[in-house]
Amino acid sequence: MKSLIIDDEATARLIINQLIEKNPNLELEAEFSNAMQAIKYLNQDSADLIFLDIHMPDFTGFDFIQTIKNPPNIILTTSDKSFAIEAFEYDCILGYLVKPITQERFDKAVQKALKAKPSIKTEDPVSDLNKSDNNLYVNIDRRLIKIDIPSIYLIEAKGDYIQIKTFEKNYTVHSTLKKITDKLPDELFLKIHRSFVINTKHIIDIEDNSVLIEKDVVPVSRSNRPELMKRLNLL
Amino acid sequence: MEEQANFSYIQQLSGGDKDFEIELLKVIKRELPGEIEVFRKNTQNRAYKNASDSVHKLKHKISILGFEKAYHLAELYEAELREGQNNKQPEFEEVLEKMLRFIKSQKSLQ
Repeated sequence: MKSLIIDDEATARLIINQLIEKNPNLELEAEFSNAMQAIKYLNQDSADLIFLDIHMPDFTGFDFIQTIKNPPNIILTTSDKSFAIEAFEYDCILGYLVKPITQERFDKAVQKALKAKPSIKTEDPVSDLNKSDNNLYVNIDRRLIKIDIPSIYLIEAKGDYIQIKTFEKNYTVHSTLKKITDKLPDELFLKIHRSFVINTKHIIDIEDNSVLIEKDVVPVSRSNRPELMKRLNLL
Repeated sequence: MEEQANFSYIQQLSGGDKDFEIELLKVIKRELPGEIEVFRKNTQNRAYKNASDSVHKLKHKISILGFEKAYHLAELYEAELREGQNNKQPEFEEVLEKMLRFIKSQKSLQ
């Protein structure tokens, strides 16, 4: 099985490397000191099994799992026993190894991964853009006004109204974020905060907990950040 | 009496491969001072949540070197810092000094 190691600690990477070397069913493809590097790798390549640390600065192991679209099978490697219950809420997590990891426990977890089905790519989404045309009609003052969907860069909830911002004009419409989001292609639009949906194609930059889109700085909630990172074409 | 390092985990892992044992100790020697520095900065700045993360990382090295009592202390201290308390730092500092002394004393790394 093609394996990856993701751990910010060099000592841990060396140990897992050694454990992999001694297991005849595994071959190490690559190792990463942070999850972002691994995400970039997985955009181009694949892996059968990932040995993933939970505690990593900025981007934790769980953030990583939530960010990648079809996570391969994962064995968590951690010094923390307290995430075991949370860990098994993820179908892709097949093992939970508490450091220091012995060869015996390591091999048992790998054996379980061998018996498990490989992670299958099930998503083959038909573009929402292809399913519908590119226009959205909104009711403003009893008039139905056509808005070109790709030109929308931001939608903000404001009480009982939403403000739709496009490159040409802004529209205030009596509706909810949920209703408009259902009409928009998932491929382009993403809710990044309970009050904001953005068109991810128009992001200019991202800094910590905010996104610059056109001239608007929009907050990103912690829970929505992994999905946002997943959408980016990271170099 | 000061708790001594226990090589059983490292030996079990290496399966007698001395080169691996030396390599592992070298990596620990390289990483340890930086991790201790980050830990001390965090405690100085009263950033106890971050200090707790530092202890978490150091805990792994403590376990590799087989300091069992120190590992137990690190577990308690990590939890204490997470609660915003910092009472066990003097005891933990002794553990850190012990680890540094141990690593420095390894002739194979000199």
